[in-house]
Amino acid sequence: MLEIKNLSARIGDKEILRGVDLLVPDGEIHAVMGPNGAGKSTLSYVLAGRDGYEVTGGGAIYNGHDLLAMPPEARAAAGVFLAFQYPVELPGVGNANFIRTALNAVRRARAEPELDAVAFLKLARAALKSLSMQDDMLKRNVNVGFSGGEKKRNEVLQMALLQPGLAILDETDSGLDIDALKIVADGVNAQRGLKFSALVITHYQRLLDYIVPDAVHVLAEGRIVKSGGPELALALEAHGYAGLAA
Amino acid sequence: MTALPTRKLEAWRYTDLRALSAISFTAPASPPTPLSLPDLAIPRLVFLNGIFAPHLSSELSFLQPFTPVAEHSAQPLTQINAEHAQAGMTLLIPPGVDAGSVLLVSQASGGSMAFHPRHRITLGAGARLTLIEVAQGDGVYWHNPVMDITLADDAALAHYRLQDESREAFHLATIRADLAKTASYESFTALLGGQISRAEFHVRLQGTGGHAHINAALLLGGSQLGDITSVITHAAKGCTSRQTVKSVLSGAARGVFQGRIEVDRIAQKTDGYQMTQALLLSDTAEMDIKPELQIFADDVKCSHGATIGALDAEQLFYLRSRGIAPDDARAMLIRAFLTEALESVTSEPALAMFETEFAQFQAAR
Ligand SMILES: Nc1ncnc2c1ncn2[C@@H]1O[C@H](COP(=O)(O)OP(=O)(O)OP(=O)(O)O)[C@@H](O)[C@H]1O
Ligand SMILES: [Mg+2]
Repeated sequence: MLEIKNLSARIGDKEILRGVDLLVPDGEIHAVMGPNGAGKSTLSYVLAGRDGYEVTGGGAIYNGHDLLAMPPEARAAAGVFLAFQYPVELPGVGNANFIRTALNAVRRARAEPELDAVAFLKLARAALKSLSMQDDMLKRNVNVGFSGGEKKRNEVLQMALLQPGLAILDETDSGLDIDALKIVADGVNAQRGLKFSALVITHYQRLLDYIVPDAVHVLAEGRIVKSGGPELALALEAHGYAGLAA
Repeated sequence: MTALPTRKLEAWRYTDLRALSAISFTAPASPPTPLSLPDLAIPRLVFLNGIFAPHLSSELSFLQPFTPVAEHSAQPLTQINAEHAQAGMTLLIPPGVDAGSVLLVSQASGGSMAFHPRHRITLGAGARLTLIEVAQGDGVYWHNPVMDITLADDAALAHYRLQDESREAFHLATIRADLAKTASYESFTALLGGQISRAEFHVRLQGTGGHAHINAALLLGGSQLGDITSVITHAAKGCTSRQTVKSVLSGAARGVFQGRIEVDRIAQKTDGYQMTQALLLSDTAEMDIKPELQIFADDVKCSHGATIGALDAEQLFYLRSRGIAPDDARAMLIRAFLTEALESVTSEPALAMFETEFAQFQAAR
């Protein structure tokens, strides 16, 4: 379970999160929507442990781990995975080598045996296939020259292989064509289970037709201003964020 | 002895040899007991304190006896080498022969001695050779090799150099290569050891369609100084030259790259490119870069570029967010940074050797 309590954070002297409260029980998928600049990516970065944010109040506990006290790699080992809104390019780093290094680091931390190159490749090929990705995506440098949609799929590929307990998907649907959207949604749905929960950040109700959320939250001006069921996303689609007081 | 160059000379502006001048060196005495010798499963020639060690070396039919040097050079280090050279590897590859790979090992052990080997490599028309050089040692010494390379038409030399000298050593190497028509010189130098080291290249493309690739990587820490200096002269039409120099500097290390491309009036259709990039892992590391293009022909493509920076924080966070420990993440990014410089290394044993050395550098960082 992820428990975010009264979380406030700023960059420099700019207050961005102003007391976020959010509870995501195990096995549930929650959608987070909200206007541009509301702080959605900031929330996901703070949860994943990126530098540059000053947490000024509150906290985030995941399965008993005090996330904010842990370095990013320890959060990953504890099961946190962030699919980046803008995945980072790593020229000179092969995708297969990157994902295998990550997988083995996480497996080591969880006291599971490491995978050799052959075992990894078998696993990776199967995951690629289920995401309708070309095998050569593994040979290329991480995200270098990938199309927008390919980058997003590569994030989902990493999620599928790292098997996180908590996935934060930051606009993973942006830039995807309709077929890719279904494929990515299937990828997320395949993870569903008692030990998997997710925060799905999106601007589009359409994604939620495929990944049906247990709850929908609206983040505006650094706070959750409204929560509800899937019908809230439909209402937002129809009326926009106007009228939602921050 | 001819005086050492000082910083008053333009070519030595960034590399101060006063620490070297302060030591009085002696000629090498009896050869030292060798350290463990690199074994790349290819024929090997070993020099200990600059003296040829036949008992540790392979029989090579291409190896010629050493002949004394008769040369007056305006370059101080080459002149010093000419005055003192007593040994060196002379390889003569006949036309059309593929001589495979040869490993040249130089080992030295302390005692403030200086040695000045003169190596000579001549490839006949269409001949081929891969030369892998390893220089290593213990303690304080000065290794001042000069290598003269002559490549006839269509000859191809692949030259991979690992400078892994003792941290107290001085390594000042001069490599001169003359290329005839469509000859090819592929070279990669890694500077890892030494307190002060320099690899100075003088490459002359004298025949149409020649190709020179002078790549290098500097991996330095502590108070080490490493210097890559090159003068590539395009003296004929339609030649290509490429240079990629990558530096990874930690501690208070200093890197120097001085690269000059000269294009003679007749060298139309010259294609010259030079790129140098430095990764500074600390605030006290420093990189000095001096690119120079001297172009006297009008139909040429010549460019250079330089970047200096730290590891990218976004990239580091991306790796760490996937569970990769900070040291491993940094190592991955540093290795990735070096990739382009290594691209020209096509010899498997050479590549394996450099990978091992880079991994050791990472582990010690
Ligand atoms: N490094 C930074 N320095 C200054 N301001 C920043 C920085 N990063 C984010 N911000 C600001 O913080 C606010 C929240 O940004 P954030 O990226 O979290 O928004 P978001 O909800 O993800 O928006 P979008 O829907 O457009 O992705 C914005 O006003 C943004 O300009
Ligand atoms: Mg965002």
